[in-house]
Amino acid sequence: MTSLPEATNKKLGLVIDLDICVGCHACATSCKEWNTSGYSGPLTDQDPYGKDPHGSWLNRVHSYEVVSETQSQTVHFPRSCLHCEEPDCVTVCPTGASYKREEDGIVLVNPDTCIGCKLCSWACPYGAREYDLDQGVMKKCTLCVDRIYNETLDEVDRVPACVRACPTGARHFGDLGDPTSDVSKLVEERSGYDLLPEFDYKPVNKYLPPRARKNGLAAADVKQEIPLSQPQQNSKSAMDLIFSWADKKLSR
Amino acid sequence: MHPSYSVIFFTTASGAGYGLLILLCLFGALGLIPVEPLFMFTSFSIALGLVTFGLISSTFHLGHPERAWRAFSQWKTSWLSREGGAAVVSFIPAVLLAFGWIFSVGDEQLWSFLSALTILAAIVTIYCTGMIYASLRTIRQWNLVLVPYVYLALGLATGAVLFQFLLILFGVNSGWSLGVTLFLLSVALVLKHLYWHSIDSLGTKYTAEAATGLWRLFGPSGKITPLDPPHSTPNFVMREMGFKVARKHALKLRLYSYLCLFLIPILMICVALLGVNWLSVIGGLIALGAVSIGVILERWLFFAEATHTVNVFYGMEAA
Repeated sequence: MTSLPEATNKKLGLVIDLDICVGCHACATSCKEWNTSGYSGPLTDQDPYGKDPHGSWLNRVHSYEVVSETQSQTVHFPRSCLHCEEPDCVTVCPTGASYKREEDGIVLVNPDTCIGCKLCSWACPYGAREYDLDQGVMKKCTLCVDRIYNETLDEVDRVPACVRACPTGARHFGDLGDPTSDVSKLVEERSGYDLLPEFDYKPVNKYLPPRARKNGLAAADVKQEIPLSQPQQNSKSAMDLIFSWADKKLSR
Repeated sequence: MHPSYSVIFFTTASGAGYGLLILLCLFGALGLIPVEPLFMFTSFSIALGLVTFGLISSTFHLGHPERAWRAFSQWKTSWLSREGGAAVVSFIPAVLLAFGWIFSVGDEQLWSFLSALTILAAIVTIYCTGMIYASLRTIRQWNLVLVPYVYLALGLATGAVLFQFLLILFGVNSGWSLGVTLFLLSVALVLKHLYWHSIDSLGTKYTAEAATGLWRLFGPSGKITPLDPPHSTPNFVMREMGFKVARKHALKLRLYSYLCLFLIPILMICVALLGVNWLSVIGGLIALGAVSIGVILERWLFFAEATHTVNVFYGMEAA
């Protein structure tokens, strides 16, 4: 049923640190890679090598310039399903294909019963749901439900693919319903916030705000600390030279 | 919002069908029109035909039309599900009533009862259609109390023009029906005018800075602009939710829908009031043609003028 559970045992979700995200899109591509053969797969593309390539992705990374009268700063902004506690995308679904799991709060679409009416995508202000033109059903972030409980994977890999792929550690996964969890503490410490709280969908995922850079000083500081003109060759050890020589030989 | 033609045809056709059904039941049960088998057969066929055609066309935009039956299950929370259920339920009293009137089966009391049930089910169905849109908090032009009533008024007004045309065609003169048609067209005009007035004066609800939460960085003076898009060509979200109609065109189209949907039909019904037979037929036909074009324009605009909140992530300053 598309009625929401009264409460969920856990509130699994992501915490995204906008202060250190470098906008490399590794989270988005590794999400696509994992999920195209996962629960929601395949994530099809249309005209992939043509002039108008597009397709279903469960995670998108925007890059914004935030400008004030005196400052300006680039902020990379990954956007995916927030696994809201009370989302309309679930309740508007006429078939029950869209549902929220009682055990962990993950919002999923059953690809076998979705009729592809797209109403859920209309109800979501975050643009988290994408219609798969080829499959005729809705696709959305599954929080890698097929990874996080997967005992055939090493324990370190039992996190969403985006979290595992992030090279800067800007993405964290955990139970946001447990105030003692690492993610909850992080949100507390860094004043993590909800996107569009006015909707009252109560997003589980939280965003950690970017911190303002020291205006104009940062670049100068970097220059002083690392003299870029210094030839790097001089600092190489004997081992480095051997590896470099081996690399050259093997590359031939 | 991208205007989907199957949804436009569905909502306008079924709206007119239910409107016609309501008026047939009302006039038939009150004895304002003679219950003549051929007239009833033609009228009920057209009304139920429009509703059926609408329902079927609504499945064309589905990714999996063969699974459409599943849409009846979630009436507890989903207006779309409620609409589907109400639409199917409305067929039961309507078909029974049509059978009773055409073949003179049953008595006045039964017919009145079935008429009341049909009217109720038709009103509930149109109301549910309107609520599918009105319940979406993401679209400020839809999330209004007025929306389901505009749907009801337009269904009744378009149905009334159709009803009036059928009456003229069958040579049934009913002073009541002309008055009722004029009244319903006027009510719809006032409600639609109020609707357009209110969406113009609404103002945007969410800015890009508020939606991303990035106002936190530099305070209220901070403005965000998109630097790099997440993808090189528009994705589903932009294609479905990012449809924009130029304000200039929208105003022109509004003018055409005022003209076709209200002014021409009202004028033509007044012509029919003169009581000249051939003039009434032509007037009725023009009114029907105009109202059909007008309501399709109106429904197209209902989608095209709707701005979805998600656009603020894609460069719209506010929605």
